[in-house]
Amino acid sequence: MSTTEVVVTGLGATTPLGGDVASTWSALLEGQSGIRTIEEDWVKDLPVHFAGAVAVEPSEKLPRHRMRRLDRTQQFALIAAQEAWEDAGAPEVDPLRLGAVVSSGIGGILTILEQYDTFREKGWKRVSPFTVPMLMPNSPAAAVSLEFSARAGAHAPVSACASSAEAIADAIAMIRSGRADIVIAGGTEAALHPLNIASFASMRALSTRNDDPQRASRPFDVNRDGFVMSEGAGIIVLESAEHARARGARVYAVAAGAGYSNDAHDIVQPDPAGTGQARAITAALADADLQPHDIAHVNAHATSTPAGDVGETVAIRSALGDSAADQVAVTSTKSMTGHLLGGAGAVESIATVLALYHGQIPPTINIDELDPGVVVDIVRDKPRDLSAGAVAALNESFGFGGHNVAVAFRRV
Amino acid sequence: MAHSEQEILKGLGEIIDEVAGVPAAEVTPEKSFVDDLDIDSLSMVEIAVAAQDKFGVEIPDDQLKDLKTVQDVINFIQK
Repeated sequence: MSTTEVVVTGLGATTPLGGDVASTWSALLEGQSGIRTIEEDWVKDLPVHFAGAVAVEPSEKLPRHRMRRLDRTQQFALIAAQEAWEDAGAPEVDPLRLGAVVSSGIGGILTILEQYDTFREKGWKRVSPFTVPMLMPNSPAAAVSLEFSARAGAHAPVSACASSAEAIADAIAMIRSGRADIVIAGGTEAALHPLNIASFASMRALSTRNDDPQRASRPFDVNRDGFVMSEGAGIIVLESAEHARARGARVYAVAAGAGYSNDAHDIVQPDPAGTGQARAITAALADADLQPHDIAHVNAHATSTPAGDVGETVAIRSALGDSAADQVAVTSTKSMTGHLLGGAGAVESIATVLALYHGQIPPTINIDELDPGVVVDIVRDKPRDLSAGAVAALNESFGFGGHNVAVAFRRV
Repeated sequence: MAHSEQEILKGLGEIIDEVAGVPAAEVTPEKSFVDDLDIDSLSMVEIAVAAQDKFGVEIPDDQLKDLKTVQDVINFIQK
């Protein structure tokens, strides 16, 4: 195993809870919901009338002429990357040693749909010449690379809702392999369009709790009825420990390692036995050189779907073993943010890192009655202090296609 | 319908501000799109389409590449 240690030196986000990390984090600790009723006419034709739109529109931070040539996924990614970069102290780095790994689960679908409307209504000449560089799924990675002159390589691993956890995992590997000293990593999603809501609703994946949107995302609750679609981005600056030390950077946590697996069970249903998820956790522990008892906290994928959530707790117990699983504090911040799809893993990795850094675990809200199948300790309703001797925490992300990713962070 | 040079300059300024974020006041006849206004080829396509909408004059692709300065475009539209 490589000896290169990778650390987290910068964080950036734009989410339904806030336009930056500080506002998002304080809302998470306060147990606020970022979910709101959609105030658009088209919502009347859909079974779902609510979502988690970003709290701060990108137009408040990006000039208009830049906005028009950037897909909304790119806009979110650039805003979060700018915050993360400044948070890391805008490090001096050779562009040839700076990388970008930024994912989106769906890609530039708003651009595709808008430009298709333009094409049908006005013809090919009115289609924006920037359509292709906006819709391509690597466009957020490319935009970040361009903005920060990241010339070591730009990558966009795509694995549905595991995409941005996979981006962070790949970024750790990129630094360990010696290809880069710093990598700007994370993910973004912008898919709040009637077609996307219809598509997820048609597979019966979304909550339809239209009369009480803020209580709709309820991971682990016995009456959960689906996830809540959200948008936004999370970006983490990862850096070799040596590089960070040499410039005296503030270190939030060690990005200790990651594990991947695939269920190869069903294209969308998680394996109810959780064996694939457990394998990702076990692989992450091995990669990070951690023992099960080191894991004090898990930020779970738990999306509030009937099919998920419970199986994930079974996977945690089976991977950690009974003795360690009895002591782990599990939460799902999706109860407050909703599900950012390809942005989820990055935003939740930020929450995991901050839980270690500040010693506080955000709660899972909206659990009226815990599902009796849940076999780990869930942090409910209000934040909980991290146990005094806590060593490490995991962020788990799973995606349609059977993708499982677990990222391990260690306290500094 | 003929447009005066001043009308075209004002209209181009508005288009370039919208497309490329260059303040309309900086769009003066002698400016080169590439060298002075930092406008790339894809943005020129957008500007040409917007100019067609505004002035009713189509700029074919093979002639667009020869329009180097703001004055070139003004002349083309007035022609």
